Amino acid sequence: MIRDITIGQYYPADSVIHRLDPRVKLMGTIVFLISLFLFDHFVGYIIATLFLGCAIKMSKVPLKFMVKGLKAIFMLLAISVVFNLLLTDGVVVFQIWKIKVTQEGIRMAVFMAIRLVYLILGSSLMTLTTTPNDLTDGMEKAMSPLRKLRVPVHEISMMMSIALRFIPILLEETDKIMKAQQARGADFESGNLIRRAKSMIPILVPLFISAFRRANDLAMAMEARCYRGGEGRTKMKPLQYRKRDYITYGIYIGYLLAVVGVNLAWQRWM
Amino acid sequence: MAIRVENVNYIYGEGTAYEIHALKNINLTIQDGEFIGLIGHTGSGKSTLTQHLNGLIRASSGKIYYNDQNIYQENFSMKELRGKVGLVFQYPEHQLFEVDVFSDVCFGPKNLGLNTAEVEKRAREALKSVGLEESFYKQSPFELSGGQKRRVAIAGVLAMEPEVLILDEPTAGLDPKGRDEILDEIARLHQERHITIILVSHSMEDIARYVGRIIVMNKGNVQWDDTPKEVFRNYRELEKIGLAAPQVTYIMNELKQNGFAVDTEITTVEEAKDSILRALKDREKKQV
Repeated sequence: MIRDITIGQYYPADSVIHRLDPRVKLMGTIVFLISLFLFDHFVGYIIATLFLGCAIKMSKVPLKFMVKGLKAIFMLLAISVVFNLLLTDGVVVFQIWKIKVTQEGIRMAVFMAIRLVYLILGSSLMTLTTTPNDLTDGMEKAMSPLRKLRVPVHEISMMMSIALRFIPILLEETDKIMKAQQARGADFESGNLIRRAKSMIPILVPLFISAFRRANDLAMAMEARCYRGGEGRTKMKPLQYRKRDYITYGIYIGYLLAVVGVNLAWQRWM
Repeated sequence: MAIRVENVNYIYGEGTAYEIHALKNINLTIQDGEFIGLIGHTGSGKSTLTQHLNGLIRASSGKIYYNDQNIYQENFSMKELRGKVGLVFQYPEHQLFEVDVFSDVCFGPKNLGLNTAEVEKRAREALKSVGLEESFYKQSPFELSGGQKRRVAIAGVLAMEPEVLILDEPTAGLDPKGRDEILDEIARLHQERHITIILVSHSMEDIARYVGRIIVMNKGNVQWDDTPKEVFRNYRELEKIGLAAPQVTYIMNELKQNGFAVDTEITTVEEAKDSILRALKDREKKQV
């Protein structure tokens, strides 16, 4: 179960998407996420699906691997669907006692679910195809203008990359601790909610301790290698845009125009 | 009464880029009361194998029998199995979580559904058999030294009174004194309570000193499964798979090559001492 969470994991493969400049991928993810909220009609969803589908296909990351990551947000998805379904006013489709299901509700629920799934797929595609190091570099570079406003850009990107890097480590650690406690007869699956919550204590306490221990070790290791923040720090492989990166930016603009254009057209003529 | 492993295969991350065939068609029988050493290079599949034995990992294919019962049978209680086959993980002190030593050791037997009196009795016995005195019982496990923490964690598994005890590198990261103490305690448990012990270790000296049978894992296969003498006779091949024989085995082989009539099948320092002294005496006799 715990290994199903794919957000923050890197999937090694040799593809165009893997080779793209991290800034381009970062931008692409942001463009894609924003685009999901720009349209409210199914044509927009078709375009978004095509865009995402092509990107996944080109990335050579197996779809099965990506879909596995969705299991983690299943609860969130279910809750948002139920609330949208039941709490949206409009033309009533059917009614049981005081609970009304409306046309608008169904529409909202379906669209919301698709949006959530695409949000996760879109952002995990970025992390799956970009190594944490590349990702930090990209973020740092993309945010560098903010440095003039005294935003600690380097520190923020360093913290983010460490957080990302630690997700798989902590997952592995959780897995190990769970197994160790299971070997002592612990049971995480049965019982009511309170019992199950209580059964998490033997996992959470060791996990917290190990997280602190790891953080401490990492801090020491960084200091031992003379890390002292971003001031005057140079890069071994400075980021450089290539032809494929410019082409990808072009694709983004095309995609955005298509989404907005189709949506506007639909609103005007339909 | 035994553990039987039949044609077990295990594949990590099936269908992904990370797919690893960790166990390849493993067949083993472990009899009651054996003291087994499990050795292998990092990533050879030994930890994966140990986790199969108490049902923490389910084999991709194949069967495992505990006392002739198929553990993958539908109504088989894994919880009961985990009480019978105790597994002490590497760095077991990382699993400690309770406010004091005593309650942490109680966690295992409590999960088995025993009554409070029995739980406490077992916890006390377990702590005694790892050599921790009563003054430790109410201390926080996080305030103890590394070796003491390790003992508390081992006691946590022992308190379930397992019939088979598997220890995954129980001495990793301990100083020589702590190492010897823990190994001696394990050997004593084997002698006094006749529990089956499976010891995973990288130290050939430790293995040679205690075990009666060695299982050598290599790339998911069982390469050798024999007595220490027979296994260490293949020390050249062992080196090829990233392992080695005990230091004394090398010394004895060198001595033999240089004309000393010593026994090369020796695996412990004590045996070596006897053999060398005997060879020297023979030599003196001949010279006289």
